[in-house]
Amino acid sequence: MNELVSAVPWLGKRNPMAARWLIIIIALVAPIIAWQFGRSWVRILDFALLYMMLALGLNLVVGFAGLLDLGYIAFYAVGAYTFAFLASPHFDIHMPFWLVLPLGAAFAALAGIMLGFPVLRLRGDYLAIVTLGFGEIIRIFMLNLNYPVNITNGPQGINMLDPINLFGWDLSRNLQVTETFSINSLFLYYYFFLLCVAGSIVFIQRLQISRVGRAWAAMRDDELAAKAIGINTRNMKLLAFSLGATFGGVAGALFGAFQGFVSPESFSLMESIAVLTMVVFGGMGNIAGAIVGAFVLAMLPEILRDIAIPLQQTLFGTVILDPEVLRMLLLSLAMILMMLLRPTGMIPARARYAHPENMKREGAL
Amino acid sequence: MHTNPTSPLLQLQNLQIAYGGIQAVKGIDLDLWAGELVCLIGANGAGKTTTLNAIAGVLPIAGGSIMYQGDKLNAVPAHRRLRRGVALVPEGRGIFTRLTVEENLRMGAYTRKDKAGIEADLERVYTMLPRVKERLHQVAGTLSGGEQQMVAIGRALLSRPRLLLLDEPSMGLAPLVVEKIFEVVQSVARDGVTILLVEQNANLALEFAQRGYVMESGKVTLTGSGSELLADPKVREAYLGEIA
Repeated sequence: MNELVSAVPWLGKRNPMAARWLIIIIALVAPIIAWQFGRSWVRILDFALLYMMLALGLNLVVGFAGLLDLGYIAFYAVGAYTFAFLASPHFDIHMPFWLVLPLGAAFAALAGIMLGFPVLRLRGDYLAIVTLGFGEIIRIFMLNLNYPVNITNGPQGINMLDPINLFGWDLSRNLQVTETFSINSLFLYYYFFLLCVAGSIVFIQRLQISRVGRAWAAMRDDELAAKAIGINTRNMKLLAFSLGATFGGVAGALFGAFQGFVSPESFSLMESIAVLTMVVFGGMGNIAGAIVGAFVLAMLPEILRDIAIPLQQTLFGTVILDPEVLRMLLLSLAMILMMLLRPTGMIPARARYAHPENMKREGAL
Repeated sequence: MHTNPTSPLLQLQNLQIAYGGIQAVKGIDLDLWAGELVCLIGANGAGKTTTLNAIAGVLPIAGGSIMYQGDKLNAVPAHRRLRRGVALVPEGRGIFTRLTVEENLRMGAYTRKDKAGIEADLERVYTMLPRVKERLHQVAGTLSGGEQQMVAIGRALLSRPRLLLLDEPSMGLAPLVVEKIFEVVQSVARDGVTILLVEQNANLALEFAQRGYVMESGKVTLTGSGSELLADPKVREAYLGEIA
């Protein structure tokens, strides 16, 4: 959490302890505040948390290891469809959540290695194009594997996925605390996802300062030199792809269970680009950047949708620009401004050991 | 790890390297004895860097063999060769620009586990390169070219190499800085590390090296002691810019 804490403006450097508690409190009360604006806002927050997981995972591949991946959403799809196959009436298999989640992660990791092998020698734009193609292949498979044998149910997608069930506790039902007081299911999902995101942050932070994290940093800066100092770059690349994919797979399985429905259109190229935009917008190569980028860019279109229509109606009497069009316009504008004003993202990754006291505290070296 | 003193530390036998269909190195033979400082000179595109990269294992070879301590290295991957003591300082320095100087140096010890040994070697590098020590916590990309080259050499030393492959350490540096670098190279050699040095600055390289090899379009055309090559009219004409 250190990175997140020091990213808090003003307070982060002066009083890290207070900043830490501030983050925890905001994270805990956010859905309660959102509830005041309507239950759909809590739902949006739930999705924002899933995007955070995706951004964290993609940041491993793009930010840490320096491998530009434009097909990341494919792993999200693998996770979601794994859940759909193993926990829905589609094949009439209803495996328990705690079994399906790791399976989804494992299949996604496998898909990551499958993507990793053929692209081992590629870099930069060539790598981007192949990964983009891979993402599309997975989506098109999902779209067309309904004939001759119906596996994915094609464009209609798979319905009625089992909800998340934690040892008999069904998150899709409101939790009845007393006769008159119950906690809405959306809150239950929120806190469960929050726990998953927190776990991911801890894991990734450990990873970043481990031998693996340092090997990735070296590989990202100079692959030849990385080889020359004894790093097995092939294994490190495969590890980056498969670990990044694991996060995508877990997020995908959670997404499927939460939404109760999966279809190929959720996994389009635009989604891959959206997640990449979150990572770049927030600041590549650092955890706080991925979190903030995902949060801002997941909320922005929803806020826009809420504001743009009434605003246009009061101003012009009619809706001139569709919020969807406006969203792309503003997003592009935001990206252009970002690249001009803060090319390293909202929260730039700093050199981790630029200060000796950090080195001691993190005990990495 | 028994070195037979009657056989060279490194021996290239009819080594061939190709990029796609184009042969960059067309069968060269080279011997390097333990403790020697040998340079490989030649014009641009002669195949020097290619040869060095192949010895380090970052480039596959097309034919012939690389013998090291009596074993064939042909199919050994780069990270294994480092463990056996073959370290490369790549052309253009290959510094990790976004890591700090200290991180860069410590990355050199990536394959090592002996903490105390690493700390001791770090101290040795610091005394050898005092300029580097002043900048330990600076991001390496912000160093000057000469300082970066020192960091690159220091990083390679942290793997405790037996054979150090230096690829054009003088590239793009001011003459005064080049002299400093060569002083460092010499002190490394004095410590008993065998060095194969690729240089375009033939004059300087031959002055420091015990022996030299001259490469021309993928072949070794001349070989001899440093002073012999320095005196050779063909070398003087071709590489030292003198008209015979």
